[in-house]
Amino acid sequence: MSKKKYNFNSSNNRNINRPVPFVGKGFKPKSRRWMGYFVFFIIIAVLELGTTSGVISSLTLPKPSDVLATMIELFQSGLLFKHLVPSTLRLIVGALIGISLGITIGTLIGLFSYIRSGLVPVVAAIFPIPKIALLPLFVIWFGIGEGSKYALIALGSFTPTVVATYGAVDNVDRTLIRMGQSFGLSWISIVYKIVLPGAMPGILSGLRISLAIAIILLVAAEMLGAEFGIGAYILEAGSLYDLERLFAGVTILSILGITVSVLVTMLEQKILKWRV
Amino acid sequence: MNIQINNLNHFYDGSKVLSDINLEIMDGQILSIIGPSGCGKSTLLRLIGGLEEPSSGEIIQIGSPPLDSLNAMTYIFQDFALLPWRTVEENISLVIEDHSLSSEVKRSVIDDVLDRTKLKDFSYALPKQLSGGMKQRVAIARALAVNPAVLLMDEPLSALDSQTRELLLEDFVNLWSRKPFTAVYITHNLSEAVRLGHKIIVLSRRPGKIIETINIEKPIADRRLIDKDLDEYQKNLWNIMHDEARAADAELLNV
Ligand SMILES: Nc1ncnc2c1ncn2[C@@H]1O[C@H](COP(=O)(O)OP(=O)(O)OP(=O)(O)O)[C@@H](O)[C@H]1O
Ligand SMILES: [Mg+2]
Repeated sequence: MSKKKYNFNSSNNRNINRPVPFVGKGFKPKSRRWMGYFVFFIIIAVLELGTTSGVISSLTLPKPSDVLATMIELFQSGLLFKHLVPSTLRLIVGALIGISLGITIGTLIGLFSYIRSGLVPVVAAIFPIPKIALLPLFVIWFGIGEGSKYALIALGSFTPTVVATYGAVDNVDRTLIRMGQSFGLSWISIVYKIVLPGAMPGILSGLRISLAIAIILLVAAEMLGAEFGIGAYILEAGSLYDLERLFAGVTILSILGITVSVLVTMLEQKILKWRV
Repeated sequence: MNIQINNLNHFYDGSKVLSDINLEIMDGQILSIIGPSGCGKSTLLRLIGGLEEPSSGEIIQIGSPPLDSLNAMTYIFQDFALLPWRTVEENISLVIEDHSLSSEVKRSVIDDVLDRTKLKDFSYALPKQLSGGMKQRVAIARALAVNPAVLLMDEPLSALDSQTRELLLEDFVNLWSRKPFTAVYITHNLSEAVRLGHKIIVLSRRPGKIIETINIEKPIADRRLIDKDLDEYQKNLWNIMHDEARAADAELLNV
């Protein structure tokens, strides 16, 4: 028996002073931004070393420095903008159509029970369709040119926006709406001053998903038929087995994705300043 | 404007919530309503304010609200109900924006209520920056901005700590003394009820019916936190409520 060691009613231990042990460590997400850069750096450094030393065959992965050189060349020759400009334009036009329609329809679904009952099943039916499967149909409807690409991106960003928007409208604090009604605010005022601002956080987080889907569909559409555009560039590089250009294209896409995400974050910080 | 409630009964899904309520709310007076939880106090207030219709009986406005009243029946909510994306000033302006007032009039209304509720220095603050007591002051300012005929208050102080509650109670008394308003004040706190009420009604447990009506003559401006005259009333009310509260507490909730 170790009674001596574990002396619980220890009135005789009074003279031992020690600080209370700190047990509240960890489980607090903190922003350590440099860590992200660090991981990127390590990955690229490993690839660079692997490819120069020959451990990684040049048929598997290109040398990161070669990819960079390809990108610089792409930029200097002006070819970058030849591909980037039409892509960005398609993304903006398509996403703008899809998102603005999505917010409108989503709000209507949130506000009117007849529209909700009528449209929610329709949205649920088109949501899971891989939109890319519809491209041939859109080519017949809207032509081989820009129209079918806009339509594809618009439809792709439309459905998640609708779902996010009516969910957000449903979640607007009912007591705020009651408050508006009790003060005799008009219906229009309640919608514009209470419902829409209250739904904004949900709508904006839906925007993130919609835009990511829009980028995926942009590339898919360009791969299936476009002369210029990041998707066309990647497809061409792939069919020539030009790994440097393939990776240059993928890197540009990744940068495009990050840019969009940063823009949404900035928008959130501006619009949602009021959030606790 | 007085409000008269005659033979009011109210049901939710066939179960009775309010039973045979007869009551008159006098112009320029504060009516306190107390009762055990779930007895239908909030429901009664919603009925008075027209947010719901009574199953039977009538609620009559006697006389018309003052001409400059923009919203006759005005609520002050327990959880403040401020729009978090609007500043203090914008929250107040929300309720007068729909009325065709000139911008100078609007400005002066806002300045007046900010002044009366001592919120001048906070007009550009967002709700998230304010303490609970401050938020409720904003809600009071917003309610005063429409110059209500009757203020309907559903436990306006119960989300606050007791010191803040006392401060706001004093503010209520000052506001009322400077410019008497008609109010229905719901609370489950006996001392608030006797501090503010000209008349106090006690509701029984569900289905709520009026089991006691008490009038307190002492002017509300002269009532104090520790006040021998009020103690008597408070003790009396507690005796009436005691058994109801116990019975209500022991009931199973049908949710
Ligand atoms: N919309 C509703 N539909 C159905 N039942 C309801 C509804 N609103 C309230 N009730 C029921 O009516 C009863 C009275 O509710 P009410 O909110 O008026 O009580 P209360 O006196 O305000 O209680 P508390 O002191 O908890 O605020 C409760 O039993 C409640 O469950
Ligand atoms: Mg209540």
